[in-house]
Amino acid sequence: MTGFTRRRIVQSMLFGGTALVLPSGLIAAEYGRGEGMPWSPFKGEPPYHGTHADSFFTPAEREAVAAICARLIPSDDDGPGATEADVVTFLDRQMAGFYGRGQHWYMRGPFAEGTATQGYQSRFPPAMLYRNALAELDAYCRTRHDAVFAGLTEELQDEVLTGLDEETLTFESVSAKTFFDLILKNTIEGFFADPIYGGNRDMVAWRYIGFPGTRYDYRDFVGHDGAPIQLATVSLTGRPGWSAP
Amino acid sequence: MTRELPGVDVVLVGFGWTGAIFAEKLTAAGLDVLALERGPWRDTAKDFATTFAQDELRYYWRHGMFQETSQSTLTFRNNSAQTALPMRHWGSFLPGNGVGGAGVHWNGQTYRFLPSDFVARSHNEERYGRLPEGMTVQDYGVTYEELEPHFDYFEKICGICGKAGNLGGSTVEGGNPFEGPRSDEYPNPPMEMTFSQDRFAAAARELGLSPFPVPSANMSRAYVNPLGLQLAPCTYCGFCEKYGCGNYSKSSPQTTIIPVLMQRENFTLRTETEVLSIETAADGSRASGVTYVDTSGETVFQPAEIVVMCAYPLENTRLMLLSGIGTPYDPRSGEGVVGKNYCYQVMSSATVFFEEEFTNGFVGAGALGMTVDDYNGDNFDHSKLGFIGGGYIACHTTNARPIESHPVPEGVPGWGSEWKRAMRENFLKTTTVGVHGASMAHRSNYLDLDPTYTDAHGRPLLRMTYDFTLNDRRLTDHITPIAEEIARGMGGREVKVNALNGSYDSTPYQTTHNTGGTIMGSSPADSVVNRYCQSWDLPNLFVAGAGLFPQNAGYNPTGTVGALAYWAAEAITEQYMRQPGPLVQA
Repeated sequence: MTGFTRRRIVQSMLFGGTALVLPSGLIAAEYGRGEGMPWSPFKGEPPYHGTHADSFFTPAEREAVAAICARLIPSDDDGPGATEADVVTFLDRQMAGFYGRGQHWYMRGPFAEGTATQGYQSRFPPAMLYRNALAELDAYCRTRHDAVFAGLTEELQDEVLTGLDEETLTFESVSAKTFFDLILKNTIEGFFADPIYGGNRDMVAWRYIGFPGTRYDYRDFVGHDGAPIQLATVSLTGRPGWSAP
Repeated sequence: MTRELPGVDVVLVGFGWTGAIFAEKLTAAGLDVLALERGPWRDTAKDFATTFAQDELRYYWRHGMFQETSQSTLTFRNNSAQTALPMRHWGSFLPGNGVGGAGVHWNGQTYRFLPSDFVARSHNEERYGRLPEGMTVQDYGVTYEELEPHFDYFEKICGICGKAGNLGGSTVEGGNPFEGPRSDEYPNPPMEMTFSQDRFAAAARELGLSPFPVPSANMSRAYVNPLGLQLAPCTYCGFCEKYGCGNYSKSSPQTTIIPVLMQRENFTLRTETEVLSIETAADGSRASGVTYVDTSGETVFQPAEIVVMCAYPLENTRLMLLSGIGTPYDPRSGEGVVGKNYCYQVMSSATVFFEEEFTNGFVGAGALGMTVDDYNGDNFDHSKLGFIGGGYIACHTTNARPIESHPVPEGVPGWGSEWKRAMRENFLKTTTVGVHGASMAHRSNYLDLDPTYTDAHGRPLLRMTYDFTLNDRRLTDHITPIAEEIARGMGGREVKVNALNGSYDSTPYQTTHNTGGTIMGSSPADSVVNRYCQSWDLPNLFVAGAGLFPQNAGYNPTGTVGALAYWAAEAITEQYMRQPGPLVQA
C-alpha cells in the first residue's frame, strides 16, 4: 500500500495545512492546522436557561404546585422550607423552558409502560405531565374532599400525597407515581439549586444545611480533622453585602 | 447527495481521551490526522470557568455537557424476554459529548488493572478450574507487562498523584502491595487526605488490610507534563464528576494534550460532525473512510487510509453494527462478536453517620480517597466462594453537592419535616465506604440494534440487554459486609448499608463505566479486534476505549483505556506504517 507515501508527498508539497482546508460551503466548525487554541475575549457561556422570569403555570396550577412543594419540604420550627425558598418560581421557570418541553429528551414513540428499571416512559414531557396530573389531582380532591388540593388541611394534603407516592391513588391520563417522583425530584432541585434559577431564595436552603455554596478553593480547610468549618455562603452571583463599600 | 472530500491519512471518529491520544501520537509520526467530533468545541475559559463552573443544576441535573438523548440514546431491558424501551433521559450512566468527551467530566480516579485481570480466563481456570457455563470471560490478548510502559506514560501525561506499592517487583510502604510491578513512581505525590480518609485508613489497618491513596488526576501540586502543558494544584472544590474543572487542576484532553495538538499543522479537528457509518472498500478488504453529517444535514464522505473509532463504547458498537462490520453477536448460539460481553460495574456501599465530628464533604475532589485492594481481582483466595473477581473498597470525599448528596439514616421517610430535619442533621456528618466491583461477562448480557426505536437520523438505536449475574451477586454479597465492617470501625453513630439487590436499574446514577461490545482477543471467533486493537476484518480499522475490555475489572477504566490507546497507537506507528496489513494472522 502506498497511501502513506502518497500523503507524505502531498504534505511535503503543501505543508502549511492547505491540503486540509475545509472546502467552502461545508457547515462545520474547523480547528487546528497549526493555528493554536481558538480563543477570543468575552466568549464565556454563563448559565441562561431558567435564570430569567418565565412562566408556564396557570394561577390555579401555581397554587397547587406551591401547596405540594410546601408539604414535600415543609416550613417548620427546624427551619425554612420550599415556601421560603420560592421553589414554585423555580418550577415555573423550568417548566416554561427546554426542560419542561422535554426538548433534550428522547420523546419518540411508541410509548409503553415498561418496568420500573426502564425509567421515565410517559408520552408527555415534564410540563404537560404536570398539567395533566395537576388537573386530575384537583378533580380528585374536589370529588373526595370538596376543595382543590391547595384548599385542604395539611393533614389531608399529606394523605393525598402519600396516596400518590404509595400508588394507592392513580390518575387516568398520566401515571400518578411518575408525577409524584418527578415533582419531588424537581422540588429538591429547586430547594438546593443556585438562586439564579429562582428557588433557594437568599440561599436559605444552603444556609439551613450548612453548605457554603459555589466556592472553589478549600485548600486551607483540607486538614479540618472533623471540626466544623465556618464560612459565609456564596452563590454564583456572590452574596448580599459583598459589593458594599 | 453525498459530497466527497480529499483523503487524509487518519480519521478519528470522536475526540475525547482516546481521540486526543491517537491524534498526538499519529501526528508526531508525521501522519495528517483529522478528528471528527459530534459535539461542540469545549474549553475551560469558555465553558466551565470558575465563575460559573460550580452549577449543580446546569451541569448535572440538566445534563449541560452530556450527550443529549434527543440526539441519540439507547433502549434498555433486563433480559431478552422483555421489550426494550428507550432511556428517555440519562440515569445510570452519562455519556459525554463534545471535545474532550467524558474526559472533561470524569472524577479522575486513575487505576491500572491487575496483571491477572488481563488473563482473567486462563488465570482463574488454572487456579480454580473451569469457569461456569455461560460465563464468557476471556483473556485480553495483551498482558500487563506489555502495557506497563503505556500505563506509565499515560500517568505522566496526566500527572497522576499517588504512591507506588510495587516498584520493579519490590514492595514499597504506603502504596498498593497488590499492584503489578511499576517501572516508576507516580509523577506526583498523593493528595492531602481529610478526616474521613484518616478514619477509613485506621479502621482498615485495624482489620489487617492495606490502605493506600487513590491514584488521582486531581493535582496535589503544580505540574508540567511531558508535552510541556501545565496543571495547577487542585483546590478541593468538590465539583469534578459531571463538571469541567475551571481551575486546570484535573487532567483532561483539554488540559494535557489538545493545546499541543492545536499547534500542529498536520492536525485538524472538525466539530459538530456526526459519523453515520464506517465505509468499506468495494472489495471488502479495508475501510475506505467514513460518512458523516454536518449541522446543515449534508452528508459528506471523508476518505482515509486509517480509521480509528474513538467514540464512547456504546456508540462504537452501534457504529460497527450500523456499518455492517464484523458479525453481530447472537446470544442464542453464542456466535458472532460485535455487541458481545457488555459489562458494567457492581456497586454497593456503607454510609457512616457521625454524631459529633464533621466530615465537611464539600471539601472534596473527584479522586480524593483512600482505598484497599485486598478484595480486588484475585488478591484473595476464591476457593469455594463461587465467584471470580472482586473490587476495591474505598472512602472517597468527592463532594457535598446538595441536590445529589444528602444521605439520611435508615428508616427516615423520603419527604416531609422528618426528612428535612434528618437531612440537615447529617449533611455535614456523613461519609461513604464504597465497593467498586468487577463485572464479569455473561452470555445473556449484550448489545445489538433495536428493532423499533430510531435516532434523529432514522437509524436504529442501540439496544442493551443487561442484568446482574450470579457472579455479581456472590461478589457483592461477599465484599459488601467487609466494607460495612470497615465502616463500623470508623467511629460513627450508625451505619447504613446500601446493598446491591434486585435487577439492574437504569434510572439511578451508578457509574459511567460501560464496557465491552467491541472486545479484543486472540481469535476472530471470539473478539472484534486483535491484541493491537485492530479489526480482524478490516486491517486499517482500529478501535479504542473500554469497549475493548472482554469484561470489566474492579477498577475505574480510564487508566487502562489510556494505556490501550497508547499501545495501539504504537502498533500503528511502529508496525502498521512500515507494513500495512493485519498485525496478527487470524
